[in-house]
Amino acid sequence: MARVLLFGRLADVAGWREREIDPLPDSLCSLRDLLGREDPALAEALAGRGVRAALDQAVARGEASLAGVREVAFMPPMSGG
Amino acid sequence: MIRLTREAFDPGEALNAFCRRRAATGAVASFVGLARGTGAVGPALELEAYPGFTEREIEGFVARAVEQFALQDAAVVHRIGPIDAGEAIVLVMTAAPHRRAAFEACDYLMDYLKSRAPLWKREFGPDGGRWVEPTEADLADIARWA
Repeated sequence: MARVLLFGRLADVAGWREREIDPLPDSLCSLRDLLGREDPALAEALAGRGVRAALDQAVARGEASLAGVREVAFMPPMSGG
Repeated sequence: MIRLTREAFDPGEALNAFCRRRAATGAVASFVGLARGTGAVGPALELEAYPGFTEREIEGFVARAVEQFALQDAAVVHRIGPIDAGEAIVLVMTAAPHRRAAFEACDYLMDYLKSRAPLWKREFGPDGGRWVEPTEADLADIARWA
């Protein structure tokens, strides 16, 4: 079981910010597919330019495996200041 | 030192504290970003962070800037949550033996915060909220340092 977090406009598009997913698919790619199958608007938002993922609070490079991961975050383009 | 805060802060007070006990420092540069009013009722902005991750990412970036610009110190105070017009959103402070490094590092850290730091900003106007993404100008600003 793992927590999936959405930030910024991704959370607005999906209508949720945090969800438990059990069982977690084995790759980031499959997780995107799973979330996108239920919600085409979220699928499009997750595929948008500059959307990044973090696994257990570390930036994911490419299509990482989700084995043993407890928390997955999807982050749209960042803007502070 | 990185501080994310939900409470309004006094940039002057933070700057005074940063300047204390600096016998070896010749220059402190600072930048304060304020929330511009948009005419909307309620907060002008809302900032979202990823607790833990956001602090660590900014901390790591500031540490690398300290090394790169040979700073003696650097600090960032950043608001999160709802922010009213006129309140300080961000304060960046840098300390160096001479002014050039302090100015440049302060500019660099602001360019980073605008387009790379894990923060998400929503502006409220008369027509409701809008998520802000880095503009072409913001991306050109950070590209200057590559």
